[in-house]
Amino acid sequence: MSRNGTSANNGRLDVRKTYKMLIGGAFVRSESGRALDVEAPGGKWLGHVCRASRKDFRNSVVAARKAADSWAGTSAYLKGQILYRAAEMLEGRASGFREVLQSIGLSSAAAKAEVSAAVDLLVYYAGWSDKYLQIFGSVNPVSSPHFNFSVTEPMGVVAYVAGERRPLLDLVSGIAPIVVGGNAVITLSTGRSAVAAMELGEVLATSDIPHGVINLLCGLREELVGQMSSHMDVNALVVQGGDEKEHTASREACALNLKRYFLRDQGVKSDEDPYRILDTVEIKTTWHPVGG
Amino acid sequence: MTETKNPTKGSNWSYAPSPESSDHFKLKDQYGLFIGGKFVPAASGKRFATINPATEKVLAHVADAGEKDVDKAVRAARTAYEKIWRKMSGRERGKYLYRIARIIQERARELAVVESMDGGKPIRESRDVDVPLAAAHFFYHAGWADKLPYAFPGKAVRPIGVAGQIIPWNFPLLMVAWKVAPALACGNTVVLKPAETTPLTALLFAEICQEAGLPEGVFNCITGAGATGAALVNHSGLDKIAFTGSTEVGKAIQKSLAARPTKLTLELGGKAANIIFEDAAIDQAVEGIVNGIFFNQGHVCCAGSRLLVQESVEKEVVAKLKARMAHLIVGDPLDKNTDIGAINSKAQCDRIQDYIKVGQEEGAELFQTNCPIPDKGYFIRPSFFTKVAQSHRIVQEEIFGPVLAIQSFRTLNEALEKANNTPYGLSGGVWTDKGAKIFKVTRGIKAGVIWANTFNKFDPASPFGGYKESGYGREGGRHGLRPYVELS
Amino acid sequence: MSLSDTLTMPLDLRPHPVDEVGIRERVARLATRSIKKSSKIEGLKLALSMVDLTTLEGADTPGKVRQLCTKAIHLHSGRDDLPMVAAVCVYPTMVRIARESLQGTPIQVAAVATAFPSGMNPLDVKLEDTRFAVGEGAHEIDMVISRGDFLRGEYERVADEIRQVKDACGKAHLKVILETGELGTLDRVRLASDIAMQAGADFIKTSTGKIQPAATPEVVLVMLQAIDDYYRKTGKRIGMKPAGGIANAKAALNLLIMVREILGPAWLTPDLFRIGASKLPNDMLMQLEKERTGVYQGQDYFSND
Repeated sequence: MSRNGTSANNGRLDVRKTYKMLIGGAFVRSESGRALDVEAPGGKWLGHVCRASRKDFRNSVVAARKAADSWAGTSAYLKGQILYRAAEMLEGRASGFREVLQSIGLSSAAAKAEVSAAVDLLVYYAGWSDKYLQIFGSVNPVSSPHFNFSVTEPMGVVAYVAGERRPLLDLVSGIAPIVVGGNAVITLSTGRSAVAAMELGEVLATSDIPHGVINLLCGLREELVGQMSSHMDVNALVVQGGDEKEHTASREACALNLKRYFLRDQGVKSDEDPYRILDTVEIKTTWHPVGG
Repeated sequence: MTETKNPTKGSNWSYAPSPESSDHFKLKDQYGLFIGGKFVPAASGKRFATINPATEKVLAHVADAGEKDVDKAVRAARTAYEKIWRKMSGRERGKYLYRIARIIQERARELAVVESMDGGKPIRESRDVDVPLAAAHFFYHAGWADKLPYAFPGKAVRPIGVAGQIIPWNFPLLMVAWKVAPALACGNTVVLKPAETTPLTALLFAEICQEAGLPEGVFNCITGAGATGAALVNHSGLDKIAFTGSTEVGKAIQKSLAARPTKLTLELGGKAANIIFEDAAIDQAVEGIVNGIFFNQGHVCCAGSRLLVQESVEKEVVAKLKARMAHLIVGDPLDKNTDIGAINSKAQCDRIQDYIKVGQEEGAELFQTNCPIPDKGYFIRPSFFTKVAQSHRIVQEEIFGPVLAIQSFRTLNEALEKANNTPYGLSGGVWTDKGAKIFKVTRGIKAGVIWANTFNKFDPASPFGGYKESGYGREGGRHGLRPYVELS
Repeated sequence: MSLSDTLTMPLDLRPHPVDEVGIRERVARLATRSIKKSSKIEGLKLALSMVDLTTLEGADTPGKVRQLCTKAIHLHSGRDDLPMVAAVCVYPTMVRIARESLQGTPIQVAAVATAFPSGMNPLDVKLEDTRFAVGEGAHEIDMVISRGDFLRGEYERVADEIRQVKDACGKAHLKVILETGELGTLDRVRLASDIAMQAGADFIKTSTGKIQPAATPEVVLVMLQAIDDYYRKTGKRIGMKPAGGIANAKAALNLLIMVREILGPAWLTPDLFRIGASKLPNDMLMQLEKERTGVYQGQDYFSND
């Protein structure tokens, strides 16, 4: 976040960036008109990000639902290429991202490592796009004269709450498996991570990702998680971080429409795990007679 | 009597009663709880009667498990898990399951007859579907016990621990198999609660576990009603709950587990659309409708309870359906010619009758066959409604009885829209002779099991389970192992 | 609908798809019907009354045919509660003998014609074959369709031939043999059934008995469903005759179950349902004797005519 560099070269004043959320392919401020301050670890004011409202979340669900069927029907090859394109775009903006991450408190080495890891993770999941079905699907040898097979299908609309430990990587490691599984996603980033999320929006917007497939919100966890868990048109909720109280409340609210709920362990060794894709897909089994 | 000497007009020849014999076994008067390998009475000494819904006569008394009994059963399962089952090699575990499969086959007719007596389903189904499939489930899962790493490439596989399993009354023994076989194959131990109206085959299954020499406590069976189920769900000693039943109860269980790490899988209700296109093999489709809604008195969560028929063939399909239904025989579950047996309980019978009333009040048109039904017992003639709207309760709600709602559609997209316009997503059916259309529709239906040009088929190798409010997790096949393992 | 209407209407060849696995499942389910006690006795008697007792050997002689006719009238000695069979089915040259032997009984004489069993002769020869048999006194003609024409898609030719044979039959009833064992798929069995009925068949019949498979339950079911659809559309009841490979009493009872549940009781009469067989009646008689006496029977106690 180099926006507050007022020590402009040769007296030139920097042009600051207004951070906007990404909803339905459009960069928008919160409909509520509210903003949050972002501070560096030392307490230094860095600027504003949006404070998403319940209505922003509802709008995102509408956008995601609208995009979900078409994304689910997009060929695996194309989905893979689009995710790979996102990796290309992120790589191209790597130095800018490193600066942003450093501005919110990461060391130079950590920032560099995180951006590289995020790029590599996108490449990793892009590669799974046309393979995970081959690993997780099956042809089932039933004893009647039927051809029987099981395939994965996206759940539809998935909400994801990113942790704050790794501002960029926590977000990317959540989005990638959800989206490569054919779902549309609405993410919530909080605290200083919001800045990385809003930067990522600019990367995704130039990656051929159809409008509404990835929607990035930032705001307050305590204000929005309850909305995510109770919304009747959300099929799954994946969560990093949060406390037990929140998790319990979420599980209870998820029971309203039997939303699938997954608590992601933040201490995992690796974000590279195709079984994460399996979390937010359904298994569909189809029978057909074999006859003449 | 029929005209036998060279008749010149159509004969009214029909089928004489053909009851399956039940003299090759004897039910006990009383059954205890099966805990730690032994049948024991409930701590409270309480018992309840299980009746034959076809005769309303008491078949036996079974123990009514309370919190103390549940605790004892969970402890027995924990001990067996820690001391024996988790340490046993997969190969040895598998051999126990093979033994169980074989004993089910050996006692097949007894199990079928008891199933029909206790639950009301026709012997034709318990004999040809429930019991053979139960044996097949154990045989299938037995083979997985020593091959689990191959089911989850790249992962280390461990059992979860002690599983509490609650099963419904519609397929009592088959649900025992669906729940117990994968749990045991994956190295977990089990406390099972069968439904209060159909406990007997689960208790016979406990005997089978004894006969198989299954180590004490690996399988425990506690009988009782909702309170017993609640006590099981609320027991903190469980690592896993698996529930099959209504969506309402499923949601309540998820809520009550919200603050605990206990894993949960749910197999809940459904309101499946069975979609018939004009280019279908109509006679087979009509048979598919019948299998879809009248199998097991319609007490099937994946029943094809909504028929969506293309308008151009609606009249033909409805006329043929009526003709087909006229041959459905309702009556004594033990008669080999019975197609539709007894409704499982008075409560369920009342509920279905209520829905039939509701449908008429909503303005739908009821058709019921005029077959004779017994005076005693709980029976409902096969029924369908026409002139129904998507908003009618009989279209939206699960009736769990032999009552079909028929709607017409004009285009493929309209059919899919109607099919998916429900909070449920367990199953669906499509009938067309056109291959490309089959794939388009089977993809388009948002449900876990799709039958194309067939309906209500089950196999241990075939994963079963729902989308949306029909629950989560799969039973059967490689995917059915996932709910019973920890991966790392 | 009059006969002339039937003969002049264009063929309706719209497909009625048949799902083979669905058919097999339906057959299996129908076979689970359990026929015991009184319904077994009644059913066997009914089935016997529907038999077309058949001899179609190159070695047939007047003596053989007379014996068969005796059996047709008196199925089993000492039992006068049994029906007579519906018809005796022979080659055209044996029609006269059969008519003489069956004089004074209601038993019909059926003749196979149209270059039975292959049908591989010119149309005028087939028509002459038919006229000869009718002239000899046949009440019923069992013709074969030209499977070659059918399999190469010459459906109009197949239909036209049936129409002309029907015309040559005069008052004799026409059974059209599809020879389903040569048609390959159940879809084709259905199409051949539809063509035969539209072209004027009074009965449709599965097989000559010379080709295997013959009257499989699957084929019978498909043909019954075709008859049902034709009835729903035209109001005209077409008869059904499975023939060939119906091995025993159980199979015969299964046929009755199918007719009852697919077409209804109106078809449970020899006017609309026949079973072509030569050995089958003895197995049914053995079952009837078992029901009467309570002991299982042996073949030596039943006459082979």
